[in-house]
Amino acid sequence: MSWSWPYFFDYMTNGLMLKGVWVTIWLSIISMVIGLALGILAALMKMYGNGLLRYIAEFYIWLFRGTPILIQLVIIYTGLPQLGIRFTVIESCILGLALNEGAYLAEIIRAGIMSVDKGQEDASRAVGMNWRERMWLVILPQATRTIIPPLGNQFNGMLKTTSLCSVISMQELMRSAQMIAQIQFRVLEAYCIAALWYLLLVSIWGLIQARIEAYYEKPFGSEEATVSDKP
Amino acid sequence: MNDIENVVSLKNVKKAFGKNVVLDGIDLDVRKGEVVVICGRSGSGKSTLLRCIDQLEKIDSGEIHAAGHLMGFREVKGKLVSLSDAAVARQQRDIGMVFQNFNLFPHVSVLENIMLAPTKILKRSRSEVELEALALLEKVGLPDKRNAYPRQLSGGQQQRIAIARALAMKPKLMLFDEPTSALDPEMISEVLDVMIDLSKAGMTMIVVTHEMGFARAAADRVILMHNASIVEDAAPQEFFENPKSEHTQLFLSKILQH
Repeated sequence: MSWSWPYFFDYMTNGLMLKGVWVTIWLSIISMVIGLALGILAALMKMYGNGLLRYIAEFYIWLFRGTPILIQLVIIYTGLPQLGIRFTVIESCILGLALNEGAYLAEIIRAGIMSVDKGQEDASRAVGMNWRERMWLVILPQATRTIIPPLGNQFNGMLKTTSLCSVISMQELMRSAQMIAQIQFRVLEAYCIAALWYLLLVSIWGLIQARIEAYYEKPFGSEEATVSDKP
Repeated sequence: MNDIENVVSLKNVKKAFGKNVVLDGIDLDVRKGEVVVICGRSGSGKSTLLRCIDQLEKIDSGEIHAAGHLMGFREVKGKLVSLSDAAVARQQRDIGMVFQNFNLFPHVSVLENIMLAPTKILKRSRSEVELEALALLEKVGLPDKRNAYPRQLSGGQQQRIAIARALAMKPKLMLFDEPTSALDPEMISEVLDVMIDLSKAGMTMIVVTHEMGFARAAADRVILMHNASIVEDAAPQEFFENPKSEHTQLFLSKILQH
């Protein structure tokens, strides 16, 4: 059995494959959004929380950064039912990916917050902002500029990490490729198509990320825009 | 506060960073509309004094009354109880502060720098605040910079925007912490001019600065701090021509040499 172009092109637009692509996209986005919320929460708890909150955040980050995502997924889906805690496949995937992502993002967000000039805290206090207002109006918007590049890197990783969900039978792109490969045993063609799809998704994300970076970079101006005496 | 005319009243304020005493029992009253200039060597405690008045630093003991508030505390049955972060923030709204390094919000436009606190914190209407913000831009001489970002402005322009930002909260007291120390010489006067206008308009001001020209022109009192204490507190003419403290004489001789 040698390489077959007809199968290759057929798999590219195979319905099962396209469904897998779609699942990979939304699974990545949902997990990332929830992970981001968890990451912000954990970062703030770790930086500003009292004793207990800080320990909870540190324990969470330590636990989920210290164990393989694959084991986390398997424990959530196949391990927890032993204790009577049952999640569907989709719930397990989102939960596992988001918890894992949040732990990594917490450290990225913490670094972003620390990168904001100390004078910004003084200035926002001086106009009468309380902690929440300082965070949401001044500190986090500025931290975002530092956070976006590593955050984009994390989402790039997320798009591919979703493939691990195939292990607990989530029908995303990787699982689709497995299933297609088993129909005619065209393993190489099927996985090459899956790989190409991942490449395409990551490339599209790269373009989107560049736009987001440009948006947050705008106030900080390019060199030629720094001198402007005319309106 | 017994004297209603006092916008600022400090009673035996003490502050130390570790073993380093920076405020050693400061007493200071500033009346409404008064302009007080504080000078002294670096490390004499003058910046810390301003930061304590505005609650950017917590004091170790004593009392600070400013803009009608007992700063950082409330009295419960004769005892002083620390205020929450949010309650301190409400007190801080009545005091404007201008920093050596401007500390404008770099991620938003000039107009948004001025409007952020009034609209987002006081929840006032945007259209109303915008009119006031534009008037303030006019006042500091930068009406055409509304859409610029801080990064695009010179230091002198940034500091004038910072003054406008503080004024937008309609403070009862303005604190200036070495407002011209980070500026190129040719930009100093544009900032001092705005401050002199402000003093003429009756604003109560405490200004930490080494600009003795400003002290002569605008100050009602000039104070010298030395080793965490106030060693001279006099009208400008008295301060410059007939200082009582040897520290003031030494300070002036060094400053006026140049």
